[in-house]
Amino acid sequence: MIDDVTEPRSPSAPPTRKTTKGESMLLSRMAESIYWTGRYLERAETTARVIKAHTELYLDLPKAAGLGWEPLLRITGTSDTFEEIFDEPSEEYVVSFLAADTRNPGSIVSSLERARNNVRTSRTIVPREAFEALNELHLTAAESRDMAVARRGRIGWMSDVIGDVQRITGVLAGTMSHDEAYAFLRMGRQIERADMTSRVLEVRVSSLAQSSDRLMPYADVQWMSMLKSLTAHQMYRRAMQTRVNGPDALRFLLQDPRFPRSVDHCLDQFAKALEEVPRGDEVMPACIDARELVSDTKVRTLVWEGLGDFVDELEICLANLDNALNEVYFQGAVPHPSAMLASA
Amino acid sequence: MDWDDYPLDGFFDELIGSDGRPRPELRAASAFLDALSLPELIERQNAAELAIRTMGITFTVYNDDAALDRQWPFDVIPRIISTREWTRVTAGLEQRLEALNLFISDIYNEQKIIQDDVFPGGLLEASANYRLACRDFTPPLGVWAHVCGSDLVRDGDGTMYVLEDNLRVPSGVSYLLENRLVTKRVFPELFRNLDIMPVDDYPTRLHDLLASLSPRRGEAPTIVVLTPGIYNSAYFEHAFLAQQMGAELVEGTDLVVEDDIVYLRTIDGLARVDVIYRRVDDLFLDPEVFRPDSALGVPGLMRAWRAGNVGLANAPGAGVADDKVVYAYVPDIIKYYLGEEPLIANVPTYICDRDDDRAYVLDHLDELVVKPANESGGYGIFVGPHSTREQQDDCRAMVKADPRNWVAQPTLQLSTAPTLCEGQVRPRHLDLRPFVLSGEEHSVTQGGLTRVALREGSLVVNSSQGGGSKDTWILDTGDEHAAALPSQDHAHSQTQSQSQSENHNQSQNQSGSGSP
Repeated sequence: MIDDVTEPRSPSAPPTRKTTKGESMLLSRMAESIYWTGRYLERAETTARVIKAHTELYLDLPKAAGLGWEPLLRITGTSDTFEEIFDEPSEEYVVSFLAADTRNPGSIVSSLERARNNVRTSRTIVPREAFEALNELHLTAAESRDMAVARRGRIGWMSDVIGDVQRITGVLAGTMSHDEAYAFLRMGRQIERADMTSRVLEVRVSSLAQSSDRLMPYADVQWMSMLKSLTAHQMYRRAMQTRVNGPDALRFLLQDPRFPRSVDHCLDQFAKALEEVPRGDEVMPACIDARELVSDTKVRTLVWEGLGDFVDELEICLANLDNALNEVYFQGAVPHPSAMLASA
Repeated sequence: MDWDDYPLDGFFDELIGSDGRPRPELRAASAFLDALSLPELIERQNAAELAIRTMGITFTVYNDDAALDRQWPFDVIPRIISTREWTRVTAGLEQRLEALNLFISDIYNEQKIIQDDVFPGGLLEASANYRLACRDFTPPLGVWAHVCGSDLVRDGDGTMYVLEDNLRVPSGVSYLLENRLVTKRVFPELFRNLDIMPVDDYPTRLHDLLASLSPRRGEAPTIVVLTPGIYNSAYFEHAFLAQQMGAELVEGTDLVVEDDIVYLRTIDGLARVDVIYRRVDDLFLDPEVFRPDSALGVPGLMRAWRAGNVGLANAPGAGVADDKVVYAYVPDIIKYYLGEEPLIANVPTYICDRDDDRAYVLDHLDELVVKPANESGGYGIFVGPHSTREQQDDCRAMVKADPRNWVAQPTLQLSTAPTLCEGQVRPRHLDLRPFVLSGEEHSVTQGGLTRVALREGSLVVNSSQGGGSKDTWILDTGDEHAAALPSQDHAHSQTQSQSQSENHNQSQNQSGSGSP
């Protein structure tokens, strides 16, 4: 994942630009909190989706296909942390690490806790109903974390997390003023979603390319699983009106203008939110860079080579975008304690 | 519920009279309790705890340097006070705050009360809360203590006393409001049938009071709540009040002072701040003037305040009037400034620096509670009735060595109220913290935060030490004649006192004081 809020930032000179009441009263620190709330909520939901889809794929494929659990670590970018703690990427270890382990700052339980702590510091701008729902989700998920690991309870647990995050998203959409704070929430969600989509693509495609012999017979199933990890299968079928194949699936997840988890759509939504906050024009160039990278790429060749480099480039673009937000909006805010609370 | 096995233990019980039945004036209001079976009551208690969990009502305790959120402890049986009695308490608190604010203004300006020999000036130098940086200044409206939480206790004969005034950053009001929300969820039917005075106008009143301190009259003011941050024990309350008032919740680093004007750092640059409801203790407020190592404050804030460019509530320095020795002088302070007798009694306090008082204290150590004048948080308190001969000798030596550092009070028999404890309804000791707002006028909450010691026999009501809380109902019992409460001017009887003073855990947490 892109640069985290826990990274200490050097305090900068206070901005001298003066504003008057009515223009914008959103505190830099609050904007940062709500942005990270959006990111952590999305991270929790997407991680649950990915684990759920991978579990289903694992059950579908014969043992001979040799599908392991290590790809999940690469998708979530947590391989290094995992290897410091565990000696082998077994199903139990990986799922528990990604869902429930507070030593993993990106686990579902950690993400929910961080989202909750960020909302806690910005309770004045988040509707109480949403805070209550998030608080409840954070407590229930942490308490029932054992259910996430055993295969019998896992799908249900993941579905509950997905459903509850969706409910919070709905409560926010339906009860929070669609003001600047809400724009930062959406920016956090969209950048995280774009990031996750690109990671899922890279890992799925590369595992297909590498293990061509054993897994090739199941390529279709794997492409389908990639779409399913992102809840894209049904919409893909509807939009493409063709059987699942690599280039189309890739194009759909990168460039489809209407599918809400495609990278292009995420960046488009990000840009729309950016237009609603002051000084958006200072961040927009970074957003345009990312969009152009995605729209200009030749998807058909990407399936066979260069996807890794492309995703690396995209990751850099997304990191630049995150940095631009920091510089323009959050720098005035000194990092606050909630950022460190994650696994306290 | 029938009250046949409710043990009275010889204390004054808020609900149950000496005949073992609910007091006549509270009988109608408490009839719902008679109608509930014990299992039904327990079911409501469980529902309340569930609601508290979902609503995210927490308080923070400090344990091994880690701050932990705990569910707010709540007892489902409300404490009931009649409007008739509450009217008297309200008048007494308004009188008290009127006098205390005049006192603070005087102390920082002419010091007439010292020149007239009513208050000894030497006490100021010994006071930990006297701020030289506030000399020769009068804040808007002449008010220093805008928000006060006074702790009231009822003694064995039913008399209500002020145990202490909290004039710095008193906390607990959010729990008062949340307790009511929880009770409404759990006993919705009661609020239709009983005329329970509402409490939820507090945030509006606080907002109006703060707005009246704005230096830019005629313009909609920008009001912020300044919190020490998420690790502070009262953070929940800071967030709650900011949210309820529609104010920004800010930390010191969100504010900056330029040319004696306070600004917020926003995503669109700096925005001017008019009024700060600060929940950071004086000493951490401005590193230019007070503790230079404070990371919680705002450099230049005192300059901006003294220049009249920002309103601060409570005013820095207001704590000079909640000192333990100053407390002993409050009845004199009321008489001096208002020419009136106090409407609510102080717990009688012996000032050991006075020869007569000291002689009495040294003769009656086994009956008294002896407190150091300038300590807070209940530190260093000697409780006579629980002491050994050896401890009494130690205490005697300390009082003799430094008499001006000691005060003594009779031991109060705190009143009790029915409380659900381990599946049974039992009497538990409690106190009450109402909140008084002072601006152009005074207003007192309808009731207050009732804190209850959940352990049998315990007098410690602090939530961090096993204390709980109750919703407090002020309601018109309608029947004036049935009221059998003793009058307020009753002489004190000997009894026991233990300070429920706020935790001034500044040194540990660099925080605003006052966990409820």
